[in-house]
Amino acid sequence: MSLELVANVVVAGVLTGLVYGLMALGLSVIFGVVRVVNFAHGEMMTVAMYAATVLFAALGLDPFLCILPVAVAFFFFGYALQRGLVNAFITRPEHSQFMLLVAVAIIMTNALLMIFGPSARNVQVDYQLESFEIGGVLVDKARLYAALAAVATAAGLFAFFRTTLTGKAIRACADNHLGALVVGLDVKKLYALTFGLGAACVAVAGCAMVLLVDVTPPLGPTYTLLAFVIVIVGGLGSAPGALLGGVLIGVSEAMAGLFVAPSAKGMFSFGLLVLVLLFRPQGLLGRKP
Amino acid sequence: MSRARVSLLALGAALVALPLFAGNYALSVATLILYFAYTGQAWNVMMGFAGQLSLGHALYVGVGAYAAAGLFFHYGLGPWAGVWLAILLCVALGLAIGFLAFRFGISGVYFALLTIAFAEFTRIGFDHLDWLGGPGGLFLKVAQRDAWDLLNFRGPPLMYYYAMLGLCALAFGLCSRLLKSKAGYYWQAIRENEEAARALGIDTFRWKMLAMAISSAMTAVSGVFFAFYYNNLFPEQIFHISRSIEIILGPIIGGVGTLFGPILGAAVLMLVSEGIIDGLAALGWEIPGVKQVFYGVVLLAVIRYLPGGIWPYIARKLKL
Amino acid sequence: MTLLAVRNINKSFRGLKAVADASFEIPEGSVNALIGPNGAGKTTIFNMIAGVFPPDSGSIVFQNRSVHGLRPHQVCAAGIGRTFQIVKPFAALTVLDNVMVGAFLRESSAAGARAVSTAILERLQLAGKRDALASSLTLPDRKRLEVARALATRPKLLLLDEVMAGLRPTECDQMVEVFRGLNREGLTILLIEHVMRAVMALAQHIGVLHHGEVIARGTPQEIVRNPDVLESYLGEDTEL
Repeated sequence: MSLELVANVVVAGVLTGLVYGLMALGLSVIFGVVRVVNFAHGEMMTVAMYAATVLFAALGLDPFLCILPVAVAFFFFGYALQRGLVNAFITRPEHSQFMLLVAVAIIMTNALLMIFGPSARNVQVDYQLESFEIGGVLVDKARLYAALAAVATAAGLFAFFRTTLTGKAIRACADNHLGALVVGLDVKKLYALTFGLGAACVAVAGCAMVLLVDVTPPLGPTYTLLAFVIVIVGGLGSAPGALLGGVLIGVSEAMAGLFVAPSAKGMFSFGLLVLVLLFRPQGLLGRKP
Repeated sequence: MSRARVSLLALGAALVALPLFAGNYALSVATLILYFAYTGQAWNVMMGFAGQLSLGHALYVGVGAYAAAGLFFHYGLGPWAGVWLAILLCVALGLAIGFLAFRFGISGVYFALLTIAFAEFTRIGFDHLDWLGGPGGLFLKVAQRDAWDLLNFRGPPLMYYYAMLGLCALAFGLCSRLLKSKAGYYWQAIRENEEAARALGIDTFRWKMLAMAISSAMTAVSGVFFAFYYNNLFPEQIFHISRSIEIILGPIIGGVGTLFGPILGAAVLMLVSEGIIDGLAALGWEIPGVKQVFYGVVLLAVIRYLPGGIWPYIARKLKL
Repeated sequence: MTLLAVRNINKSFRGLKAVADASFEIPEGSVNALIGPNGAGKTTIFNMIAGVFPPDSGSIVFQNRSVHGLRPHQVCAAGIGRTFQIVKPFAALTVLDNVMVGAFLRESSAAGARAVSTAILERLQLAGKRDALASSLTLPDRKRLEVARALATRPKLLLLDEVMAGLRPTECDQMVEVFRGLNREGLTILLIEHVMRAVMALAQHIGVLHHGEVIARGTPQEIVRNPDVLESYLGEDTEL
């Protein structure tokens, strides 16, 4: 096992991890602000991936060009989902909210199964087979572009929350729901906006991911769990935490695939989740609960 | 409440007499309904009684199934021996998870995620356990007998039906007694407000662990039944999160924390979904995923409009 | 005989001193009150006695047995019952079932628990609502339920945390009568209160807490004349 091989694998892990991180960022934003556990998160990612394959098959659109329309569509979908369905559950006990989104997840996954069938779909673009050579390490072009898209989106989201008035209003809601209401913020609208933004993140991540992985309906639950592992490991409510968590999981998956059996990589993620839940529930960068 | 008692007896009689009217296919559907009713009831002890949301209950079904199947496959030991190992292992697992969760103060969503993590970890682990068949699966010899071989749990569909009916009846009786006892009161107190429960002298840790133990033990038996009914086990299937979700659909739709909820929920789900599939088949359509979409829609509707479940609503209407 | 002896207990939360070197004794069979401005540390002291968290230093001795470091359910089993400032009913259970939860500490059968609970509900004028869901009760009834539940555990010492808050004067007087009756039968009571009407009517001994320190102890007559108490209460909202 040469150092070169390990380096290649690690770099691939980091890049894939950044895309995972963006997906998890969407979850973190939703959970951090609206305090709803989006158990349909991975399913939304899967839908985004399918959307990209459909646009590619029908219009020949490169997945990166799909990002804008899919993200916009997802934004409105997320907004509507929150406003129309989830909002009624804000005051309900936790497991009620949870089960609501489980129901949505079930419907999504199996609707995909009904529409597309169980076989895998993907996109095929030229640069998927090409790679750069940077400092002796082979970097897949597609993977690099995907990671760049992820980082750009994350940065954009970060800037939105830090600099715009709406972004600050959303952060206020997250910090203190009652206070936000008292100050006159339209919390319902802000929640819906947040859900929409989280969904848009997932859309971008999905369009990027479809370059790296074939999509099948059962991928949904897998990604949901992955998103949760990342968010909890990285720290709830922390944007850099989500990216960091994503990278960690991406690298550990890649390493596990290299040194252990590829199929065992999932075990590592779940083992990590258990350890974090027990010993550091606020994750690496999160605030103490 | 003799109205309720009469209804209960009527239901029991109807279930006992069912085989007189039902063919083998209907009987197998009924067996499946009872299977989910029983497993749902077992899950209910943890959730409805003690308030801990487990989304990884497939873990216990799987471990129970593999324990008994493994003993039978490798050593020829029948299910009556296997069930004890199954229960032992599952209780140990349940207590381990409970200990980790309760000692470290993990509850609510985080508890659910913890249970999922354990189930997933085990699923992938069993994929690599070649001694128990690995991903290719573990197959038990199927002997088609018309005679009832209770020792090896082999026989016609009728036997499995009555076995499951018996299990359901036992579970119902057990849960009914538990609810009315100190345990039942304490669990509900913990579920409603754990801090207040502690201030009333309840050692909440101990009682939550008891709920975990009972729930996992009951589910282990489910697994043993599963193993000897279906005779093939695959890690990807039996531990999968969709199995865990299937288990909780019945109780949630029927009514968490109630005695009849799991049974009613399982029946409604199964009967209507079979109806839909049959209807579609009659039209010449066979679409994978339809049944699950239906489950999702029903779950959504119940959670949205009847959050306590169907059973409490019906019970009020029928004044039971 | 001294039922509860609290000696030199201290508690800080992340550098903020909540309770500083507090000491007092509760004689058996007495009614005692702990008063003081908000944030003085009264509920913190309750929580330490009830085992919610241990004091940083000092000792708490109940019936000549140290209860320092015991967990809440053990403290209750030892004979100290408590209510909460913000009531915590078991919302989905009936009034009777709520009290039965408490009764099961000392009763092993459901029948026994039911009997004990029914008697207590009579006492607190809740018997008519025994089958009502706790979530449907008004605030005064919830307070009574909270007390009934704690009484079902047969405590020797009952800690009451601002149980009169939100009650109208007549309701307050009714509660005072109930507590007087219980005290006559031997129950020792320690109450945190802002409602001075109840304090003056009930308490035989009063301790005054300010910034975590006990600044005065004595009978009601002594306390209302104490200049330190009057000063620390200036600008505070008290009803007399």
